[in-house]
Amino acid sequence: MTLERDGRVGIVLMNRPKQLNALSGELMGAVVGALQELDADPEIRAIVLGGGERAFAAGADIGELAEGTPVSLYDNRRIDEWDTIRDLRTPLVAAVSGFCLGGGCELAMLCDVIVASESATFGQPEINLGMLPGAGGTQRLARAIGKAVAMDMILTGRMLSAREALGFGLVARVVAKEAWLDEAKRVAREIAAKGPIAVRLAKEAVDQAFETPLAAGTAFERRSFYLARASEDAGEGLQAFVEKRAPDFKGR
Amino acid sequence: MAEVEVTREGAVQTIILNRPEVFNAFNRALHAGLRQALKDARDPEVRAVVVTGAGKGFCAGQDLKEFSEGGDVGDSLRATYHPNVLAIRALEKPVIAAVNGACAGAGLSFACACDIRIASDAASFVPGFIGIGLVPDAGGTHFIHRLLGAPRAFEWMTSNRRLTAAEAHAWGLVSEVVEAGGLAARAAELGAFYAGLPTRAIGMTKRLFDHADTASLDEQLELEAQLQSVAVQTSDFREGVTAFLEKRPPGFTGV
Repeated sequence: MTLERDGRVGIVLMNRPKQLNALSGELMGAVVGALQELDADPEIRAIVLGGGERAFAAGADIGELAEGTPVSLYDNRRIDEWDTIRDLRTPLVAAVSGFCLGGGCELAMLCDVIVASESATFGQPEINLGMLPGAGGTQRLARAIGKAVAMDMILTGRMLSAREALGFGLVARVVAKEAWLDEAKRVAREIAAKGPIAVRLAKEAVDQAFETPLAAGTAFERRSFYLARASEDAGEGLQAFVEKRAPDFKGR
Repeated sequence: MAEVEVTREGAVQTIILNRPEVFNAFNRALHAGLRQALKDARDPEVRAVVVTGAGKGFCAGQDLKEFSEGGDVGDSLRATYHPNVLAIRALEKPVIAAVNGACAGAGLSFACACDIRIASDAASFVPGFIGIGLVPDAGGTHFIHRLLGAPRAFEWMTSNRRLTAAEAHAWGLVSEVVEAGGLAARAAELGAFYAGLPTRAIGMTKRLFDHADTASLDEQLELEAQLQSVAVQTSDFREGVTAFLEKRPPGFTGV
């Protein structure tokens, strides 16, 4: 795994190309640690999480899964660690090229925006191994693209091309296969250029859409809206709009 | 003799369908040979591909002997034709069909999956499928519809009319017709010409045209912008600009 900083954007790239980024406990531990480190860094306003050209991540580490017993898998709480990614406040952009399968697809769905190469393939093929998704796949896929196609994918192992994934609403953008990382960084830079308080409040508010009834979600949104208005950045943004100039957000 | 012969001349790979006794009709062995040949064509040293037939025919389509052997036809198409048709479209270099003789049924679909078609004056083009109560497959309805436009494509594919090379040329199905004896030489010449062009830009142009089939103008403009950002990073772009400024012909290397 590599971690770099490019201005206000943090970039975490999984790098086990021979295993097509199979998500071993060790790799996931490193990824979660890197994301938490970047999240704690006030200079970082958006994070790109990517894999390699051939694979974002092809799934869980099958060897680890095969060796584990139900009790050991339950005890070591590796999957629980993934949930901490949802607690991050910094927006996460998944840069997906090649295979994005099983745990890889679940990891991408833990991110806030998915930018996919036209070569990307999405799937939850656990059923072929006599298993089912275990890191949120059944829940997040159904919420992302609806029951019909989610069931089809999870029960038959059907894979989606990048364009299908775009059509079904799983990914936000499909880009040229040479440009997947650059475009993901561009999206992250765009987010990083906004006022970070509003960005974080907005991310939390959108997440509420999947956790609450509509009335509670809109109430949450409205409070966040008033809270954002109290920030210096909102004053600056509104003023800059009136003065027809670019705003200078300070994160206050 | 293998069902598919592959030769390499410089940066041009020639794939010869080689079952001349049955006008190079597709059977499983020919599909398998083609699959390997198209895989080999991904070699970056290969910058243009020519596909042609051995003997009197280009390709007569599916070998009906094997077709009637049973099993699900749809599954058989998915396992044999589809990967090869998709491989031609995914190959980021020009694929030239040199149609030397009869080109029928799935052989016609296959020729139309290629990027450029030239024909011998002995070539003929026959839809075939409807004549035995079948629908066009191997991408025929996709490619021929785009090459000829829907009205002409529908009329041709349903009337099953045999087209001469000259007629195919008049319709725009092939870009040139040469005397039968000169086809191989002309194909080699065209292959060598394309092999000397900026291969990455050719491959990306191919992708852009395929993308344009289903994209809106907005989406197409966006992909053009992304691929142009890639193109300006190639050595061939630098060479092209330098050669232009130095008023000399460019020496493209394909990278």
